[in-house]
Amino acid sequence: MLYREAGEFKTAYAADAATFPIAFDRWRYYGVLAIAFLVIPLTINDYFASAVLVPFLIWSIVAIGLNILTGYCGQVSLGTGGFMAVGAYAAYKIMTAAPDLNILIVVLLSGGVTAAVGVLFGLPSLRIKGFYLAVATLAAQFFLVWLFNRVPWFYNNSATGQISAPERSMFGFEITGPMASAEAKYLFCLVIVFAMAWLARNLTRGRLGRSWMAIRDMDIAAEIIGVDPLRAKLSAFAVSSFFVGVGGALFFTVYLGAVEVGEAFGINKSFLALFMIIIGGLGSIFGSFAGAAFIVLLPVFLKNVMVGALGWPTDIAAHFEFVILGALIIFFLIVEPHGLAALWRTAKEKLRLWPFPH
Amino acid sequence: MRLNTLAAATVAGLLGATPVLADLVFPSLSYRTGPYAAGGIPFADGYADYFTLLNERDGGIGGVAARVLECETAYNTEKGVECYESTKGEGALVYQPLSTGITYQLIPKASADGIPLHTMGYGRTSAANGSVFEWVFNYPANYWNGASHAINHILDENGGDVAGKRVALVYHNSAYGKEPIRTLEELSAANIRFPMENFIGVWWSGSENDVLPAGAGADGYKSLNMHNVGADFPIYDDLKTHVVDKGLAAGAGDQLGTVLYNRGLYAAMLAAEAARTAQGIHGVGEITAAMMRDGMEALEITEARMGELGMPNFGPSFSVSCDNHGGPGLGAVQQWDASAESWSLITDFYASDMEVIQPLITADSEAYAAEAGIEPRGC
Repeated sequence: MLYREAGEFKTAYAADAATFPIAFDRWRYYGVLAIAFLVIPLTINDYFASAVLVPFLIWSIVAIGLNILTGYCGQVSLGTGGFMAVGAYAAYKIMTAAPDLNILIVVLLSGGVTAAVGVLFGLPSLRIKGFYLAVATLAAQFFLVWLFNRVPWFYNNSATGQISAPERSMFGFEITGPMASAEAKYLFCLVIVFAMAWLARNLTRGRLGRSWMAIRDMDIAAEIIGVDPLRAKLSAFAVSSFFVGVGGALFFTVYLGAVEVGEAFGINKSFLALFMIIIGGLGSIFGSFAGAAFIVLLPVFLKNVMVGALGWPTDIAAHFEFVILGALIIFFLIVEPHGLAALWRTAKEKLRLWPFPH
Repeated sequence: MRLNTLAAATVAGLLGATPVLADLVFPSLSYRTGPYAAGGIPFADGYADYFTLLNERDGGIGGVAARVLECETAYNTEKGVECYESTKGEGALVYQPLSTGITYQLIPKASADGIPLHTMGYGRTSAANGSVFEWVFNYPANYWNGASHAINHILDENGGDVAGKRVALVYHNSAYGKEPIRTLEELSAANIRFPMENFIGVWWSGSENDVLPAGAGADGYKSLNMHNVGADFPIYDDLKTHVVDKGLAAGAGDQLGTVLYNRGLYAAMLAAEAARTAQGIHGVGEITAAMMRDGMEALEITEARMGELGMPNFGPSFSVSCDNHGGPGLGAVQQWDASAESWSLITDFYASDMEVIQPLITADSEAYAAEAGIEPRGC
């Protein structure tokens, strides 16, 4: 009744190509943006920013990045943690080498550095595919962590190998460091997430995105119709690594403030990002958000229910968290193997027909 | 994006109302799960049981009940952040982060929030310089003391001369201050048939968990410790009467008397004594985190006081001061007897080479002060 194309008249090509062609969808999107930009900053507190929303936003960027590579271009990667580390250490080196540089520029430059590294490790993808490529990217993961652990130049010779983000501010508000307010951290991440998600959405439905999907669906056929696999694959690696690098830089500078590469960017992070896009939905921007929400928000939510509301012992709650999360993952993958995004898509299809399905 | 805003709203609703209670809050960032759980459980039990004992036996500290707020970190930095943020609003007096990764995280944050950190034998060694690290304490000993203790012990064993001998550091290449991982040494040592008594582990590689899996192969293994071992102290009688027999013991209640349980007890005792000192300084029962800091800085642990607490010779006697947050750095060596399955101290608490360590602490803390833009306070 509310959610349908009928009655929507388009008078321009631009309107016809809109991301949200249905009015209801468009207004919902504006509503979410209004809540995210106008309502949440007024109500946010330290706990909510540091423990819930900032990690969620950062993981969303990482998930979008990996989704571009794996979901859109079909190149399986287990190197996400390593590429996040590149972003984080690039941010650290840039911040300490150029103290006056704006933090936003630092974050974007870190993404750029990561994109270059990503292209380098993407080169094998031209010769190897599938599981073999996954193993090659796994090598990237271990090599990069080893590199940042072993070469003191990357952590400015600090005694423990930890890197700590110096304080940086924008428009007079602290963004990094201990004095940064919840609102500043949240809004800084939100603006970047919004810009990156918008970019990703428009990249993936343009020529470049179509060439990625052609490679994903059948690389030989794509080559025959004129898609250059070198350009398509390497551009997917570059764009994906840029996103992951920005995510890694934010993870270090805004979220944690001090990291040690083995613990913060280990192989677990690569798996986590992969789970996010599999559960959320491969080849979907919404799926990246849904997957990040599932993996980041659900454990915090469960912890607060079990420990905070029910008063269970912390260790039992922690174990139950694994059980519930695992059971939900199995449940969702059985009910909807294509992820939460596909569930959302089905819901929208049903909504179009509602309330007269016949 | 709808899903996440919904989830966020639900979490917000749950967190909305946390009552402010009139008691002394001691958060315990424990790790009862995850890869290091074997070490985390006894420490968390000991920490909780000591405060339960104080509440049950004495009605709290200075008449104010103590409340242990446990939060599970699984030794994971991100969970540590979540725990810190979720508990700091409840009037937390002192944090014991237990993981070096979480400690590095919390040093700037806790300093900005004005909540003291106590990193007992781990974390950032140069935090011993109280003029730079106003809110961080690492008494009674730190890793650099530990390294010195080990060398001193070797010197002792060899009649003061180690010329021509090699000292090898076997370390875990990670943030835990590149601290030696607990089990690794014993197991590798057992395999390479290197004489066990030539190994000296730091205090985090000297618990029952580290030696029992190696069986008889671990016999004679030595490690450092900053407190006494075993259950042969009067406080254990009180623990039995007031905590265990009442069914109030934390966890499964099966860790009493283990090395790390004792460490939890010791940490809790130091925290409680600091709170008591703070109450004395400020003349109020319900102290704040800032008052707690003053108490920690004025803390004095004497042999007589430990005797009164039912913990005679449980740890070294020491005092903390404005510029020295690390104490005198006393430690002892303990040795494992595999047939009796028990640790015993084989030395007294002895000093480390502070004339070697102090310049290192000064240099490292000054480097931090310059990096973080901290003006060292006058002490």
